Parts: sequence; C-alpha cells; structure tokens
Amino acid sequence: MLRASQSTLRPLSLRRRLANHGATFFALATSILVLVPLIAIFVYLVIKGVGAINWDFLTKTPKPVGEAGGGMANAIVGSGIILLISSLIGIPLGIGSGIYLAEYGRNRFGDLVRFTADVLNGVPSIVIGIAAYSLVVVPQRHFSALSGGVALGIMMIPTVARATEEMLLMVPNAVREAAFGLGISKWRTTLSITLRTASAGVITGCMLAFARVAGETAPLLFTAFGNQFWNLNPNQPTAALPLQIFVYAISPFEEWHRQAWAGALILILMIVGSVAAVRITTSRGRLKGAA
Amino acid sequence: MGVGIEVRGLNAWYGKNLSLKSIDMTMPANHVTAVIGPSGCGKSTFVRCLNRMHETIPEARAEGTVRVGEMDVYGSGADPVEVRRRIGMVFQKPNPFPTMSIYGNVAAGLKLNGFRNRRQMDQLVERSLRLAALWDEVKDHLHKKSGASLSGGQQQRLCIARALAVEPEVLLMDEPASALDPISTSKIEELIFQLKQHYTVVIVTHNMQQAARVAELTGFFLMGSLIEFDKTEKIFTAPADKRTEDYVTGRFG
Amino acid sequence: MNPPQPLGDLPKPVTSIPSLARIEAERPQQQPAAALQKIRQSHPRSSRVSDSFFRYIILLSAISVFAIVVLVVWELVAKSQLSLHQFGLRFFYGRNWDPVNGDFGALPFVYGTLVSSFIALLLAVPVSVGVAVFITEMCPQALRAIISFLVELLAAIPSVIYGLWAIFVLAPLLREYVEPFLAKSFGWTGLFTGPAYGLGMLAAGIILAIMIVPIVASITREVLTAVPQNQREAVLALGATRWEMIRTGVLRNARIGIVGGIILGLGRALGETMAVTMVIGNRPDIVKSLFAPGYTMASVIANEFSEATGDLYLSALVEIGLALFLVTLIVNALARLLVWSITGGQARANA
Repeated sequence: MLRASQSTLRPLSLRRRLANHGATFFALATSILVLVPLIAIFVYLVIKGVGAINWDFLTKTPKPVGEAGGGMANAIVGSGIILLISSLIGIPLGIGSGIYLAEYGRNRFGDLVRFTADVLNGVPSIVIGIAAYSLVVVPQRHFSALSGGVALGIMMIPTVARATEEMLLMVPNAVREAAFGLGISKWRTTLSITLRTASAGVITGCMLAFARVAGETAPLLFTAFGNQFWNLNPNQPTAALPLQIFVYAISPFEEWHRQAWAGALILILMIVGSVAAVRITTSRGRLKGAA
Repeated sequence: MGVGIEVRGLNAWYGKNLSLKSIDMTMPANHVTAVIGPSGCGKSTFVRCLNRMHETIPEARAEGTVRVGEMDVYGSGADPVEVRRRIGMVFQKPNPFPTMSIYGNVAAGLKLNGFRNRRQMDQLVERSLRLAALWDEVKDHLHKKSGASLSGGQQQRLCIARALAVEPEVLLMDEPASALDPISTSKIEELIFQLKQHYTVVIVTHNMQQAARVAELTGFFLMGSLIEFDKTEKIFTAPADKRTEDYVTGRFG
Repeated sequence: MNPPQPLGDLPKPVTSIPSLARIEAERPQQQPAAALQKIRQSHPRSSRVSDSFFRYIILLSAISVFAIVVLVVWELVAKSQLSLHQFGLRFFYGRNWDPVNGDFGALPFVYGTLVSSFIALLLAVPVSVGVAVFITEMCPQALRAIISFLVELLAAIPSVIYGLWAIFVLAPLLREYVEPFLAKSFGWTGLFTGPAYGLGMLAAGIILAIMIVPIVASITREVLTAVPQNQREAVLALGATRWEMIRTGVLRNARIGIVGGIILGLGRALGETMAVTMVIGNRPDIVKSLFAPGYTMASVIANEFSEATGDLYLSALVEIGLALFLVTLIVNALARLLVWSITGGQARANA
C-alpha cells in the first residue's frame, strides 16, 4: 500500500518559508503605509495651520478678496449654531428611537424601523442635503442655518439610535425587574434607571454622531449656503467652518489657502476636543462598580 | 510504524503560572497511553506540549526534553512546523474545515506540505478515510459534500482521517469523544484500538471507563504533576498512590 | 460515591444596584409576572396614563425615523419627475451635459463615479486586508490597540480636510513625481497619458482609497476575529506555517465577510463628495487617461446645485441624486447581508 513516506513530504521547503516571511512583510508594510497619510495630514495641519491662526482669525469676519487679514469667526460661530440645531433634532429623535427599539420594539415594526435607520445611515450626505433643500429651503424661499441643521440632524439620528439601542440592551433585565418589583412605572424605570445605567454609552454615541456631522460640508452647500458676514439668525444663510474651508481651498488666492489650513486645524481640534471632553466627563461621572 | 515518546523534565507556563511541574514519562511505541485526571490538572496542557501547540497561546511557554523517536521536539534545531507535521492531533470538538469538501479536508495537510500528484493524493485520501473507518460512508460524496455537513461522530472521524493523511508517527487525541454521543464514542474507541497497530496514541480523557477500555498504559495527573504512571489495569485495580486511588474511586473530580 | 449535597437556601435574585438589591431581598419572593399584574391592578390611574403617554412619544420618535426616510425618497422622486419624463432612461447613457441648451446626459458622471471608486477599491483592498491580518494575527498584543486606534482615527477626519490635504500635498506629489514615473513606465497602456496636472481621476481615486481603508479594515478585522480559534489550531496541527494557517484557516473561512466589507467600502466611495470634488477637476468628459480631469455624480450635485437655473436643470441634478441613493442602497444592503452571514448579526457595519 502506498505510504506518504518522509521523503515525499519534504521538510519545510524554501518556497514555503519565503511565502511565510513575505506575508509577514506585506502585512507589516501595509500597516505602515496606512499610517503615512494619517501622520502626513496631521503634520501639515499643524505646520500650515498654526502659522495662520491668530487673534484676528478667531474674531474677525472674512475680508474682501485680495485684502489680507480677516478671519473665520463667523464660520466658527455659524457652525456652532447649525450644530446646535442639528443636535436638538438628532439627539432626542435618536434616543427616542433607540428606546423604542430596545424597550418596545422587539417586533416587526421595530425591525422595519431598524432597517430604515440603517438605510438612512448609508445615504450619501449630499443626497440628504437635496432632501433638506426640498423640505426646508424651497418652502422658505431662502437658505438658512435651520435647513442646514435639519440636514445634519437627520444624519445624526441613525448613529444615536443604534448606540442607544445597543447600550440599553446591555442593561440586564434584572435591573428593570428590580425597579418594577418596587412599583416604579415603566416610563420612569426606562428613563431614570435603564437609561441612566446606559448613559455613558449613549452619550458616547451622541458624541460620535456629533463629531461625524461637525465635519460635514456637502449637505450645507445648498442649505446653510454660507455667509461672508456675521449672522446669528437661524433663518438666514449662515457661514459654517467646513463650508468656509472648502470655498477657500478651491479659490485661487494664497491668503485664503492659508486661512483654509487654519480653519481645518480649528475644525479637527473641535472634533477631537469634543470627543475627549465627553470621554473625560463620562468616566468621571460613572458610579464605581456600576455596569 | 509508530515511535516511542520520551518526556524528561517538562515544565509549562501560562504567563507566570507554572501549570506542568517537571513531568517525566515514557510512552512506548504502538501503544495507547491514556492521560487522566480532574479538570485543571494539566493533562491537556501536557499533550499540547508534545506537538508544540501549547506555545501558540500568547504568553505560554514550555521547557524540557520531549523526544519523539529520534526527533528532539524542543531541541535547538527543531522547527515547530515540522514537529506538528510529524505529530498528529485530534481535538475535543470536531473542527473540519467548513469551506472544503470531505476530500479537501483530508487532503488539506497533504496540499500544505507540497503534495501535487493527483493520483497519489486520491490513494492517500482513500487510505486515510479507511483507517478512520469513514470510507464506506462518504466514498460517494467525497467532493460534493462539505466537511461540516456530516454528523458529529463522522466529523470527528474526518478529523482523524485528516490528521492521519500526513503520516504522523504519533497521534495525540485531546478528549476526542467527549463531544459525541455514545454510539459514535464506541466507534471512535474501536478505531483507536485498531490505530495502535500503525501509530503511537496518547489520549486525554476524563472518562475513566474509556481509559480502561482503550489504553494499555495510563498516567494520572494532579495539579500539574504526574502522580502515577503504570499499566492501566494496575492503576484502576491496585494504584500505588492514595491520590490515584481517591480519583479512580470517584472520591473527587 | 459521594452522596449529593442537601439543597441549601435558594439564591437571591441578582441586581446591579446594591440598595435596590437590599430592599428586594427583604421583600417576599414573587414570580415577576404576578408582581407586574399586581402592580398594574394596584397602580393609580395617573401612572398608567403617563406610561401610555411615554409609550406614544417614544413610538412617535420611531415613526419619525421611518417618516424621514419616506420623505427623503419622496422628495427625490418627486423633484426628479421633470427630468425623468424629459429624458427617460437615455439620461444615463447620454454623454452630453449641456445646461445652456437644456440637454442633460449623465454618463460622464456615472463613468467618473465608477472609475474613481474602482481605483479606490483596487488600492484600498490589499492594504486594508493586510492591515487587518496584521492586527488580528501577527501583531504583538501591546501594539494592537494603538494601531487599530490610529486606523480608526483616519475615519474621523472630515472629507473636506482630506480634500484640502489632497489639493496642496497629494496633487503636487502626483504632478512632480508619481505621474511622470507612471507615464514613463506604463504610458503604453493609455492610462497614463496627457498632461500631468496632479489633479484628476488618479488623485480622486487615491484620496478615496485612503478614506475607505478604515471601513474595509474594520469589517475585515471583525470577520477575522469571528473565525473560531479551533480552525486555526486545526491547520497548525497539520504542520502549517503561520501564513498557511492564516490563508487556509482564517482568510478562507472569512472570505464572504471580507467581500461584504469590500462592498461596504464601495458604497462609501460611491457617495463620497467633498474630497473628490476638490481634486477631480470637474470636467464632464470621458477620457481613458487617469491623468485627465473627470466628474462624479456626487461632485456635479455639489458644484452645480446651488446655481442651477431652471427647473429642468435642478430636476436633472435631483435625478442624479436619486440614482446615487438607489445604488448606495442596494450596495449597502448587499454588504450587510454578506457580513451578517459570517458574524451572525453581532457585527454592526460602521458607516
């Protein structure tokens, strides 16, 4: 009978050894390759951005084309207004949907809502912008921070809802039953006990959603539209930081390029800062030993 | 034919925990040796040290001498890949490759080791499946059915065939029947009895009746040490150490 | 044999909140269902009313999500009717985008979207799989968290900042070094001919690739981790090298999920707007060379929507938006299906 004797199954061949080392090298190389643009972007942001940030930049509005100086103060504030509106829309609706999905929604309609939230999550942001244009800008007959906030708020909902649902589902049922056993009503249990237990994760979810939409430009192109001047009225076209960066970056003016880098640095600091702030506050407020 | 295994001063660690303490044991060729003991005694760790699977766990390491035939498993020139090719292993839970056919599963080890000749591979696959007492049940579906579509007992026999295909000198079995029903278990035990003609078998088991049925020699482990190693009959009827007696009579574990 | 232990006291129910647990322990034990019944019967009306009220508010939020999606689709369909009726299906293979004369053909944008996404996938997939394999199978434990954090950081950078960097750093790099090299070595393919501006289809493809690496890598990591450990051990025990173990025992088992991750990356690339708009050159031409400027579906909407004159123009742009919506819908659904089949629903695709 045939046997696969030792001589047929050779000891580890050179080819196999080379393939093994080659694979390790490739995987390592790709990992380093991925880090290159990351580091490059941050380095350039700092180098090119820091030089252009000064007090003027943070407090003044843009100067007319060709004149040096001026700043992006109106864009920074404008972003703040738009993000405030979007949070007011996105967070309550998102948390509400998340509560529904976790506490009431283990049924067909819940599956449908879950599916539509996933769909919403995958819609390109520019398409959301078109919808917000149709729904808000057209009836109002003008661009506004409100329409921008609506667009971004819609984009926040799926992230917040999914995070809320997952966090609530992680709270063990025994906690809810303990509350019921004490005679606490369902709505109070959900808000004061279940949601509170899950609060750290929910807040993180809201923050992730916020960070994601803070950098969004496309939906604002024809909703908030941008503004060269100060505007605190949410019903008027409003400047936004990402928008301003875009307009300046594609312009032919050297001075505006400089300011675009500065704006980008501010934007990334805003995003990283909000992430860090939430991480710090939630970890400090957490009950020792709580879930 | 199989070869003997000689273990001298084997120590094994998980991180800082010493889980095998200076094991000395000789397992003769073409015999079935059972390794028994309560949970956590180190029997699985011991067997996994024989084919250098233990060190694949992060922060785990082993030191000592393990001689399989003339091969020094932990020697300075030893390549773990080569060691594992020459020492076969069957795991507790059957783990056939779900994306491969039955043929593919058995041939997997052959292909990895550079085997190319299709006709020879066919013959070897058939031989392995016959040795594992699975040939008659699968010979018509070799290429059509996936490895995962078989029953639990058949899957385990497939894993045995897969291990045998690369012609190991030793076969290690880590509780091979503990996840199976009684009928499959007895089939596997019959199989082990026949396999010892060609191979040296070391089988870990928590089932003492199984050890009594299939093994000529038995080693009793407790808390990382080899307490007693002797003919199976003697271990179960007249053990020398009181701890062995307590275990085999069911006073603990 | 040992006699069985006498049954001790039944264990107390477990609760996470210590004070509640103490109170609970002092109450007589009841079946939860019976307790709930008693509560419902004994509760004052106001509490039941507020429970219902709360439930309706929550239901309303859930319905609003559904309603929003319906509204979005409705608006897209409604506002593109004009263009749909005017051009029909020939909208998508017409090569002429002529706002002045009211003739709209979207083929250049479809072409641009597909080509830029294809380049992105070509570059991003090997890199992403390589990184994922490195992190899950090769990396020492200590480095794992750092590297995966850094890859996730790439996902946090806004599109407009990618675009900014691409205009002022990537494009000059391409113009000065990469494109001349490509023209010299591979110009015969016809893909690397013409003046090298730096900006153009190639730049768009590269920046897109960088942007989708985090998604594909993170999904690949999830599916690789989902492969049970015993598969790896089975391959190793046969005498395989580490790469062979990864190839046969891990990648092979996870390949469906990896394809799902790739498709998800595609979905993201198709809809990406700002970075692409900033470097692709924005010219609605169909040219073989990758050095030439192009135009994508998302970019034309971004550039021309706010200045579109006339209902037909606007409607044409909305129709492009509708097409984009449908394509990304199908692609994302397919991707989720594939990934779910491997991870059994545990992995939630991160957009």
